[in-house]
Amino acid sequence: MSLPKDLLYSEEHEWVKKEDGKVRIGITYFAQDELGDIVFVELPEVGDEIEADEPFGSVESVKTVSELYAPLSGKVVEVNEELEDSPELVNESPYEKAWMIVIEPSNEGEFDDLLSAEQYQAVTEED
Amino acid sequence: MSELRRTPIFSEYEKLGAKTIDFGGWDLPVQYKGIKLEHETTRERAGLFDVSHMGEILVTGSKSLDFLQKVMTNDVSKLTPLKAQYTFMCYEDGGTVDDLLIYMLEEDTYLLVVNAANTEKDFEWLQQHNSYVKEELKIENVSDDYVQLAIQGPKAEEILQTITKTDLSQIKFFRFQQDVKFSSIDAGVLVSRTGYTGEDGFELYVDQEEGRKLWNLVLEAGKDKGLEPVGLGARDTLRFEANLPLYGQELSQSITPIEVGFTFAVKVNKEQDFIGKRVLKEQVENGTTRKLVGIEMIDKGIPRTGYEVFVQEEQIGFVTSGTQAPTLNKNIGLALIQTEHAKVGTELMIQVRKRKLKAVVIETPFLKRK
Repeated sequence: MSLPKDLLYSEEHEWVKKEDGKVRIGITYFAQDELGDIVFVELPEVGDEIEADEPFGSVESVKTVSELYAPLSGKVVEVNEELEDSPELVNESPYEKAWMIVIEPSNEGEFDDLLSAEQYQAVTEED
Repeated sequence: MSELRRTPIFSEYEKLGAKTIDFGGWDLPVQYKGIKLEHETTRERAGLFDVSHMGEILVTGSKSLDFLQKVMTNDVSKLTPLKAQYTFMCYEDGGTVDDLLIYMLEEDTYLLVVNAANTEKDFEWLQQHNSYVKEELKIENVSDDYVQLAIQGPKAEEILQTITKTDLSQIKFFRFQQDVKFSSIDAGVLVSRTGYTGEDGFELYVDQEEGRKLWNLVLEAGKDKGLEPVGLGARDTLRFEANLPLYGQELSQSITPIEVGFTFAVKVNKEQDFIGKRVLKEQVENGTTRKLVGIEMIDKGIPRTGYEVFVQEEQIGFVTSGTQAPTLNKNIGLALIQTEHAKVGTELMIQVRKRKLKAVVIETPFLKRK
């Protein structure tokens, strides 16, 4: 599975898509594949502030719970409500239908810590 | 860290697309194609499991029955050759050493099948309580001699019957046959109608050398009937839905079999005295202060092992197992809680990470055997 080149990535297996001043966030194909069948997604609410490297929600597979770590700090402006009833979208469409939140980033400097597709590829190959 | 142990089936896992994990020091498949698919396959057709990590301990000699009666909670004298029995070994205080199956192979010869992670501990426990001379009693850890496979599900018998002339319908629940011949397998196989999924099915014990051949033979025989290899992930969800206990979760050194409701395998009135009897008998007669109950989430969330259970601000117990049950499609769990709150319909709060979520006590077993 090749990684979308137009996205940025975190070492915690989130992807980040820049959209005129805002960013859309989800988890990578690699992450959902490692987790297996996703049965529950817990996300913050619109208006919540999230902080880079801190948990902002969780995904649960049949077997385990994994925290979602914020790749950037900012204010949540949109949440993908569809994941509440259809958590399996995370397995089926991690980069498209299963986006998780949209935030207004509050610290531009944090983008420097994110990885390119090539750099993230290297991270997943180490695992 | 020491190297992970591998069963003789290990080389097959990769070909089948398995993801493996460290399970008590063993490198075992957690899933092949996916936990939900494997779970459903086992409930609707059949699944094949490599459970060679399980421990086997052979107890032989003229004093073997006396000895087993002393260390086991069930009445081992009820066994006759070719019958199996589920039992516990307990500590003096009633806490559980392990839960296990005893196969009576013949007079004075018993094979104990124990949890992988407990094999060494159990073996030492048994030796420690052996007060006989070696002419009277021999206890051997024979775990490395066996490959153990399980074929479970409504089509298990039909599939297995295509590769053996032995009439499998003659093997009733908790009975077994030794030295069963399968096409192309040289060694005899012990075939028992037992399992850990809540489905009909068999467990197969065979020589190390023949294990891989038998695995592939069964897989091939079941191909047209929808048989799939199944990993530990689905093994856990299957046993959980059927309310079969898992040592380390429902049972432990600090949990007695009576507290979790497995009184049928504790015979406090059997003739011989046994380790733990005083406490267990007292619990059977007067009840326990804690009880294992089924819970279902009312709020959105999934109960998980170790989550704390509250009534108002008071912690009244903890979750022993929980998941989104694939067959039932519900977020359910088992919890060990104070008996006064154990009535079906009682509302409880489960601490799910930072939040307390509402749940209700429900009836068990979750899944009724068809």
